Amino acid sequence: MTRKFTPAGTGGLVLEEKLLWEKGRKGRSAMSLVKSEVPVTALPEEICGNGPDWPDLSEQEVARHYTRLSTWNFGVDTGMYPLGSCTMKYNPKINEAMAALPGFAKAHPLLPAEACQGSMRLIYELERFLAEIVGLKAASLQPAAGAHGELCGMLMIAAWHRNNEKSGAPRKTKVLIPDTAHGTNPATATMSGFTEVKVPLGPKGYIELAQIERLMQDDVAGLMVTNPNTLGLFEQELADIIAMVHERGGLVYADGANLNAVMGYVDLGRMGVDVVHYNLHKTMSTPHGGGGPGAGPVAVSATLEPFLPGPRVIKNGDRYEWQTDLPLSIGRLHSFHGQFGVAVKAYSYILSMGQDLKKASALAVLNANYIKEKLKGAFDLPFDQPCMHECVFTDAKQRANKVSTLDIAKRLIDLGYHPPTVYFPLVVNSAIMVEPTETESKEDLDAFIAAMLEVAREAEETPETLHAAPTLTKVRRMDETTAARKPVLTGDMKVEGKQ
Amino acid sequence: MRYLPHTQADIAEMLAAVGAESLDALFEQIPENSRRTRAFDLPEAMSEWELAEHLQALANAGGGDWQVFVHAGSQPHHIPVLVPYLASRSEFLTSYTPYQPEISQGTLQAIFEFQTLISRLVGMDITNASMYDGSTAMAEAALMAMRITKRRVVAVSGLVHPHWREVLATYLAPLADVELVTLPAGPDGRTDLSGLDGEPAVLIMQSPNFLGVIEDLRAAGVAVKALGGLLAAGFSEPFALGLIKSPGEQGADIVFGDAQSLGLAQEFGGPSLGLLSCKTEYVRQIPGRLVGRAKDIDGKEGFVLTLATREQHIRRSRAVSNICSNAGHCALTCAMFMAAIGGSGFRQTAQVNLDLAAYLRSGLEKLGFRPFSAAPVFNEFVMYAPDNYGAVYERLKSLKILAGLPLKLWAEALPGISLERAWLFGVTETSSKTQIDALLHEIGKGA
Repeated sequence: MTRKFTPAGTGGLVLEEKLLWEKGRKGRSAMSLVKSEVPVTALPEEICGNGPDWPDLSEQEVARHYTRLSTWNFGVDTGMYPLGSCTMKYNPKINEAMAALPGFAKAHPLLPAEACQGSMRLIYELERFLAEIVGLKAASLQPAAGAHGELCGMLMIAAWHRNNEKSGAPRKTKVLIPDTAHGTNPATATMSGFTEVKVPLGPKGYIELAQIERLMQDDVAGLMVTNPNTLGLFEQELADIIAMVHERGGLVYADGANLNAVMGYVDLGRMGVDVVHYNLHKTMSTPHGGGGPGAGPVAVSATLEPFLPGPRVIKNGDRYEWQTDLPLSIGRLHSFHGQFGVAVKAYSYILSMGQDLKKASALAVLNANYIKEKLKGAFDLPFDQPCMHECVFTDAKQRANKVSTLDIAKRLIDLGYHPPTVYFPLVVNSAIMVEPTETESKEDLDAFIAAMLEVAREAEETPETLHAAPTLTKVRRMDETTAARKPVLTGDMKVEGKQ
Repeated sequence: MRYLPHTQADIAEMLAAVGAESLDALFEQIPENSRRTRAFDLPEAMSEWELAEHLQALANAGGGDWQVFVHAGSQPHHIPVLVPYLASRSEFLTSYTPYQPEISQGTLQAIFEFQTLISRLVGMDITNASMYDGSTAMAEAALMAMRITKRRVVAVSGLVHPHWREVLATYLAPLADVELVTLPAGPDGRTDLSGLDGEPAVLIMQSPNFLGVIEDLRAAGVAVKALGGLLAAGFSEPFALGLIKSPGEQGADIVFGDAQSLGLAQEFGGPSLGLLSCKTEYVRQIPGRLVGRAKDIDGKEGFVLTLATREQHIRRSRAVSNICSNAGHCALTCAMFMAAIGGSGFRQTAQVNLDLAAYLRSGLEKLGFRPFSAAPVFNEFVMYAPDNYGAVYERLKSLKILAGLPLKLWAEALPGISLERAWLFGVTETSSKTQIDALLHEIGKGA
């Protein structure tokens, strides 16, 4: 077969840029400063300090600094970002404009209810939408990110058990977590006062009823489960597992990291899930921002509704009010009402999509299966079965040429792609986890597939190309070992500073 | 739908490639007992134009058009257009956490600069890449101090923002054997440290505190260190640090804070930006992402995420925290703001805040208000109002002016202080002298 491969990018001009404090001159400013129109006052001398020695720059210096920095980055708008488990779908621009409307952006969070009915209505409606989409009873927007939503869910489960202990239920100290889970799950269990009991991956790629039954002892509070799991497979026995966990006095927390696969196809309420968290910055299209802000709302069953964080927005006639009398609530998890600005974007997305949310999931799954089919000849596929919204390959076929998952990932950068998630899930040796999302077109998938096939060809013919990659970027592979051994986390402005 | 690129022909071709008969057939692996059987009960999909109209209607009643003379953890400050303009560059906004350093140097350098500028602001050696908000930064500071000291008693000033203390209590609730002790307020509006005893892991202070009063952090540090504990000091108004000594200069071991004031819209309370800083010796116990300097294989300088062995994706159940996504883009925005205002501009603006607050305070005194205490304040302060002020306050609300926060509604969270007629006021450089005069004039008109 002859194939002519055209990379998505070519080597371009990469501009250098100094550190902020190596620029500017004392006395410049990039901002209109307010001048005092009232008498000058002074604080007692003993509490006065000098203020921070930040550099002074002009407006153009600041604009150029960050514009140059931005050119060293890669975003979803730059190119395909098939980062497994992260759902890097397109971030609609209208949503940004809606969150920036002054009516929201300038709203103080402690305004009296009559002053902010529009903002409260948005919270109320988005909570209802989120509960409806997964088939649960109620929701809370307070958690600030996915891990925070997990914490919220597990704190509610802990509080529910504590409440039951009052009427004689046994003390629950452990929680079951499959090996395929994201690291946040066991970390969250610890923060919630539980000890992790590991559930090893079964031969079929999902957890099995018999296995959970054995582990579900009297001191187990319940199960944390990601579904579809991180192998991209739907948990086949989960509804029965949940029924059994409930029978034995436990509750089930569902990690919603992979909800983008199943909107409209799965009913978590019907399955018996007690709490699920959303990553609005995955499933509901809000931008990841290079590390947040995300938002991690939770939706819950009737069992856990009284334990939701408070205060909550309720509707009384056509008025929205704050409900603070919540005796079983786990309490507050955020300074105010959660990531409101992110909520505006997610609300806008849901209203733009409507019933098409289901189609989004269908196309996300179609895209992943399409990639899986097209690449399974060239790359090892440890679980060869229909996948959900992501598929997991390994470097097994390339290892003979001393080419690793890392080399494959780094070579993709030179070809114009953000690498997939690598070395996760941990249960698969040297995993390459691809999640295309529904917003990539067939042509874009075909181009990515061609790039992956090109990498596979190079692995056989010119493996040194992969070992050397990337070469077109601002920096090449970094010495992360030395960086961790001798960490330099703060610039030395005294030495480097020019002011 | 404009976010879904697939044509019918694309779908047919792709289904054929994967060997499925229909889109629904892709979901055959889902067992019957897990399936959804009904459509979404959601409003019909809106066009961009319908959406904009609907959201504008909500925003019109969102609260952003009120004049608010209250801070309590959320402050209006000028944000130059430059900052949101640059921050909205999609290379920053639509990227993921910078796990692939070769194509993330923009985010990484910006966060390294953020860590540096915040460390200089608060007087600490290191700062992480951000926490969710001030309240969660404070809760994590407490957990961090417990790990460092291997102690289980957390002492917190009763003048820390009540919401932040609620979050702290939520975080500590499930942990066995942890005791949360709250120190009361003294008559001058500073924390009464006399009850601090035993073996505290940490004393948590906020300065300026919830009443706007600048605390004596040095004394707090001396008191807790005499008992072998750490001082964690924080703030919800970083502009105060333009004029007063930093927490680090006053002996803090850990510093937490909320940096909404530094370039972020108030946005009904979120997203905000949590700050967490500490001394170098505690670096292995700080949660969250850290950006560090590194060299590439050619010896070229750059940046990477580092010390990941503290974190959940490596350490799992033994991680220092479960935090993953934080407030990265808010930290970037904050860095841009700090670059724009500069050290000189920051100090000058802080002075304007101090002066305007003093001006409002003296204006209120002329109208019969009494200061709550003589202790120093920055841009937020408590006044005892004249008898009829409740009615005046309600009348001002009808003009969309929020002239103070009635602290009697917060009495339960602030025991030991007489709050029946106490109101918390705040003012920043966004209010001109003319606007303050107009406010005073309105108050002076009575009910």
